[in-house]
Amino acid sequence: MSDAHDNGKFLVGIFDDDDVVLQAVKEVKKAGVRIHEVYSPFPIHGLDVALGHPRTRLGIAAFLFGMTGTLCALALTFYTEGFDWPMIVGGKDSYSPIIYVPIFFELTVLICALGMVGTFLISNGMGPTVKPLMFDLRTTDNKFAMAIDLNQNNIGESDIEQILKKSGAAEVNVKQF
Amino acid sequence: MSHVTSAVRTPLVTGGKTYADVTEDISKQVEGNPTREWTIAFTIAVIVLTYGTACLFWTWWEGLGVWGLNKTVGWAWDITNFVWWVGIGHAGTLISAILLLFRQKWRTAVNRAAEAMTIFAVICAASFIMMHAGRPWVAYWCLPLPNTLGSLWVNFKSPLVWDVFAISTYFTVSLVFWYMGLIPDLATIRDRAKSKVSRYIYGAFAMGWNGSAKTWARYEYMSLILAGLSTPLVLSVHTIVSMDFATSVIPGWHTTIFPPYFVAGAIFSGFAMVQNLVLIIRVVFKLEDYITVEHIESMNKVITLTGSIVGVAYLTEFFIAWYSGVEFEAYAFINRATGPYWWAYWAMMTCNVITPQLFWSRAIRRSIVWTFVLSVVVNIGMWFERFVIIVTSLHRDYLPSSWAMFHPTLFDISDYIFSFGLFFTLFLLFSKFLPVVNMAEVKTIIKSSSEKLPVSVSGVAKGERVANPTFNKNVE
Repeated sequence: MSDAHDNGKFLVGIFDDDDVVLQAVKEVKKAGVRIHEVYSPFPIHGLDVALGHPRTRLGIAAFLFGMTGTLCALALTFYTEGFDWPMIVGGKDSYSPIIYVPIFFELTVLICALGMVGTFLISNGMGPTVKPLMFDLRTTDNKFAMAIDLNQNNIGESDIEQILKKSGAAEVNVKQF
Repeated sequence: MSHVTSAVRTPLVTGGKTYADVTEDISKQVEGNPTREWTIAFTIAVIVLTYGTACLFWTWWEGLGVWGLNKTVGWAWDITNFVWWVGIGHAGTLISAILLLFRQKWRTAVNRAAEAMTIFAVICAASFIMMHAGRPWVAYWCLPLPNTLGSLWVNFKSPLVWDVFAISTYFTVSLVFWYMGLIPDLATIRDRAKSKVSRYIYGAFAMGWNGSAKTWARYEYMSLILAGLSTPLVLSVHTIVSMDFATSVIPGWHTTIFPPYFVAGAIFSGFAMVQNLVLIIRVVFKLEDYITVEHIESMNKVITLTGSIVGVAYLTEFFIAWYSGVEFEAYAFINRATGPYWWAYWAMMTCNVITPQLFWSRAIRRSIVWTFVLSVVVNIGMWFERFVIIVTSLHRDYLPSSWAMFHPTLFDISDYIFSFGLFFTLFLLFSKFLPVVNMAEVKTIIKSSSEKLPVSVSGVAKGERVANPTFNKNVE
């Protein structure tokens, strides 16, 4: 996993509501606590910004893969129809890029989609054999978990627990990996 | 606390559902034993598939002579079925992609089933391409591969080769889009699994999903780009399918209106099929709170719109056939309406142009029974549309001496039945082993589009519907 958290001791605040957890992130950060990550059953808009995660660069990857697709299609059609085996069909030129627009488009989309999804899986450390480290199994159902790595914080465990509870955590658990 | 609750919009999720209810209601049929209805339906589908497969193998063993094709009508049910199935496959990606870009929240309840329908419909469509090629074992000849015959490549100028690229890209991207949408829900099933085997299988397919904020942010960004890619893809696929006809010189095919007309027709039939499937799903799996009358009505509005576009296209074709002054073109259209296949033409007109207009009535649009019946009618009509385009244009050649009629044989019919067996077998397997409604996406709209707020937020009592007097005013 990209956000590896092995050999650590974590305090996990469990929240019941997405609005509460979003507000709690701001409060906990304000109190000087460093948050490891927040886990939720669905995307919460603004959460990544509140946590200070950098903007994803998947769009750049998608563009580069898309361009690769276009160039592949251009090279394929040029090599086959323009160079290796020129064919004149219906009086048309053997190579005219206009007529290959469907090929360009389809290969652009195909390679862009596959490349971007592959990038997504790799950047998240995802794969069929990956065993996720779950802080709480209910985060894929109806709960929201805020994980705080005690090794990364100088504030005491009980103080962090208090901050979490004060910011709306329904329960606070200790999780050791 | 910034959820918008509009008083003028009707709720998309009813029954005062909480996040836990969503998981429970939708995971139920995946985790439980198959129901009696499912078992009966699956058994019938497998029997039909077995019969169809036997007929299909006989078709390949004997050759395409077992079909009713002749020298004049060289394409008939095979291409009719292909275009029909590809058309049906358009609604899924449209609901997922175009409605996502338009921020239509009602798509969340039906997108999963619609996407699954797309995948299976495209598989059925591809099977007819394989069938009509006659020798499916050399289907790879369509691909641009180096070969032992020297510098011999596929003809990239041919719309049939464009089709290979379009359909295979559409299938791959739709499959990826569908699968990526499934991952968070597969993780939910994984984390709820009681048996080791389920945990292992769903865990492998969930790819180690953990629902972190960083993953969700990337996931949403990826979904948006996939939607942006899929939107023109949906339009391109049926445009290219229409070019299989439009680039020819056959009267009745050689028209510039084909691309938009085919796309509208595809969405029309695709939505009708989605209606048929979700109307059954909502009853069998007791999902009436998620797939509500609002959803049914929204889809009926799309059917009315696209049906009307198709109607205008029919009239435009007819007008242009006369206005162009091309006598062959004019004859082709008069022959469609009054010639030996007049019944197919008028079946098409009745099913596609006249009956969908009943949806202008609010009562009919919101009626489950009317919706189901009219959706079946639309699908029949759209099959006839493809039959009319293909067979009526071919059966009257430029040479009257080669005029001929097409009569389907048992194998034409059986191979069509095969596709139904294949489609419903796959769809029933999907509905048993995967969540038919996108749980993660439905949870995102629970607060803003639900009948009740599930959890008390700053003074709003649990379970209370927030009727906000001011449109788009935030609930504090």
